[in-house]
Amino acid sequence: MRNISTFAKGGVHPADRKELTCTKEIVRLPVPETIILPFSQHLGVPAKPIVEKGDVVHAGEKIGEAAGFISAAIHSPVNGRIVELKEIFLPTGMRTKAAVIAVDEQDPDIKTEKQDWKSMDPSEMIAKVKDLGIVGMGGATFPANVKFSVPKGKKAEYLVINGVECEPYLTSDHRIMLEKAQEVLEGALIIAKMVDAGNIYIAIENNKRDAMEHLEMIIKKNNYPIEIQPLKMKYPQGDEKQILKATIGKEVPSGALPIDIGAVVSNVGTTQAVYQAIVNNKPLIERVVTVSGDAIKNPGNFLVTIGTPIQVLIDACGGFSEQPEKMIAGGPMMGFGFYDLQTPVMKGTSGILALTKKESRKSETTSCISCGRCVQVCPMGLQPTRLFKNIDHGNYSETLELGLLDCKECGCCAYICPAKLPLVQGMRLGKSMLRKMKK
Amino acid sequence: MSEENIMFRIESSPQIRDKDNTAKIMWYVVLALIPAGIWGVYNFGAHALVVICVSVITAVVLEYLFTRLFRKGSIHDGSAVLTGLLVAYNMPPGVTLYVPIIATVFAIAVAKWSFGGLGTNWINPALSGRVFVFFSWTGAMTTWTAPRAWAAVDATSSATVLSSVKTGMIDFSGTVNGPAGFLMNHGYQTSDLAQKITSWFSHTLGMNISPIDVDLFFGNVPGCIGEVSAFLIIIGAIFLFSKKIITWYIPVSYLVSFSFFIWVFGGLQFGTGYFSGDILFHLVSGGLMLGALFMATDMVTSPTTPLGMLIFGVGAGFLTFLFRIYGSLPEGVSLAIIIMNIFVPMIDRYVRPKRFGIVKNRSAA
Repeated sequence: MRNISTFAKGGVHPADRKELTCTKEIVRLPVPETIILPFSQHLGVPAKPIVEKGDVVHAGEKIGEAAGFISAAIHSPVNGRIVELKEIFLPTGMRTKAAVIAVDEQDPDIKTEKQDWKSMDPSEMIAKVKDLGIVGMGGATFPANVKFSVPKGKKAEYLVINGVECEPYLTSDHRIMLEKAQEVLEGALIIAKMVDAGNIYIAIENNKRDAMEHLEMIIKKNNYPIEIQPLKMKYPQGDEKQILKATIGKEVPSGALPIDIGAVVSNVGTTQAVYQAIVNNKPLIERVVTVSGDAIKNPGNFLVTIGTPIQVLIDACGGFSEQPEKMIAGGPMMGFGFYDLQTPVMKGTSGILALTKKESRKSETTSCISCGRCVQVCPMGLQPTRLFKNIDHGNYSETLELGLLDCKECGCCAYICPAKLPLVQGMRLGKSMLRKMKK
Repeated sequence: MSEENIMFRIESSPQIRDKDNTAKIMWYVVLALIPAGIWGVYNFGAHALVVICVSVITAVVLEYLFTRLFRKGSIHDGSAVLTGLLVAYNMPPGVTLYVPIIATVFAIAVAKWSFGGLGTNWINPALSGRVFVFFSWTGAMTTWTAPRAWAAVDATSSATVLSSVKTGMIDFSGTVNGPAGFLMNHGYQTSDLAQKITSWFSHTLGMNISPIDVDLFFGNVPGCIGEVSAFLIIIGAIFLFSKKIITWYIPVSYLVSFSFFIWVFGGLQFGTGYFSGDILFHLVSGGLMLGALFMATDMVTSPTTPLGMLIFGVGAGFLTFLFRIYGSLPEGVSLAIIIMNIFVPMIDRYVRPKRFGIVKNRSAA
């Protein structure tokens, strides 16, 4: 185990609330009668539907084809029939096409033989990851095959498996590390082979000591060339740039990618999905979701078929204990609010949170009092208050010079802001204006 | 997606917020100031309480009118109460009531609302009010009340330590053991308690401190209502530090830079040469503690970056030293902070935090 560390600049410490679910074992949720599969569950171009209304589909069958370089395939998780192709709204506010599937067989087995990954070559494995629709499952949903294809002229030295899970409430990665440790570790070895990285680290915050010890035990037993990197708790440590600073001590330059400093980062859930794809030929058709928040009667972790309406998850937790003030897909810092409980679980849905009025703490916006707290917590060293004022006044070109494009909307500034200014919203507006100006 | 489903609040991320808000910050600062105010009232009598009440009420009433007029802000955010309180704390205890009223009106109407209310003023409202009335009603602003610990002294003839030093030094030549020694030589009053503590220090610990410093530390001296007790002000500030309302950047840089200049140059006028200034005396006298811990740390009128705050503090410390030792007025905290307020937009413009992933050698990217 390596020495404990963290990233230097900024960060916040919201109450982690992981005690609600961190001891809850992953429970497999039965497949509902109807599932909804959006064709855009990833970053980039939506998948192109290759099925039509009335088609019969089988579990593991591809129903949407990757439609560009940054895109991902969509597979049916069940045997069933396409009853409708319709437009739906995602929690991000995006409108996308989705397939509604009437499920015939509740729990079909995808029959495959175990493959020996050691005999595969990297390009074959990357093709498989692409074909099986694997995307980053930490929330950003970046297509995994693109991430694991090291561009010519670059070299991956480090593979960092991201077990930080710095978002409050969420414990799905924590449970995966405890319950599927073998698959995570082997998945790490598989990715290391894909990207040809010599150093493999698993970075975990020290609120998950049990996961560290469990992984360490298996690593020792099998003599895996993997090291555990314990990290001090701090949000947003799970961000690629912060985790790399904390783990290998290097800063990803502004505007560059981790591979530019010789690193590849993969989330724990993704790593396990890669294992399942390579070894079991299993497309990304299910994931672990934390359902939590004080408005949930019995919070827990569930293995959920992708496309399952969120209502089914709420019911599995015994419903609401009180009327939630907010429903969130993802973590509370970067997740999106939604209002429709029929919204489906997607590849990037790490958590479903039902927050009470008290938890979500609505308070009035006052004018900025220049306290400078946003400046002190910004992990990218930006000046959110100054950016916000410039965006407010329409000085977009100055925001460019102040580094607005480095903002990744982690939410530290808006979290800490005593005036409760909608800083992240402002940054998003500024960035979209900059993109428009570019065109 | 039926209409009846819409029952949850939709907001931009982050979905959770820190528990601190503007009102909480303001009210915590008010709370932290209360011990010093209680001491002021106990020490100088009921008129001090009247001054405090009049200032606070004037500030709140005026703030209410402005919030209605401009349809923004609220008196519930506590900022008006804080301004009123700070104006009162900067008044001599026996001041005629129209002086704090005018100071408060200036603070709220001119300094704060003519720039747009909370958060938009460039100058600390309470300090601007104080300075305005100081130069307009200098007599009323420099008439002091004797502290309770001084028995049988003509109340109106008492002077603050700093003004006594300032006037006494005008035709002084020779050598004396610093400002405290100078005051002792001239028979400046000290309390019985201070003398007891001083002798305890010298007998038990072998440390020689002046009873003047002890009186200054606890606040047994004439001065403004809320500024005399360095001890209670520090207690209040420690409370704010513990609640993470204020950061150390400004107070520490202010006090360190001030102490440094006092140490180097403060002894010159007493004939003891360089590097002999009486740091302790200067730290606990005048409005320094109230200024450094509660006025310079005003978020609205101080820089937003840690480095900017350090620059602000160092500048304020230097200017306070300059005005106090070489100025014609005995005290310089208010002016020093106000002058540094002027530099804040410039500091904020040019001082930027180090950005993540910005390397000088851009070839890496």
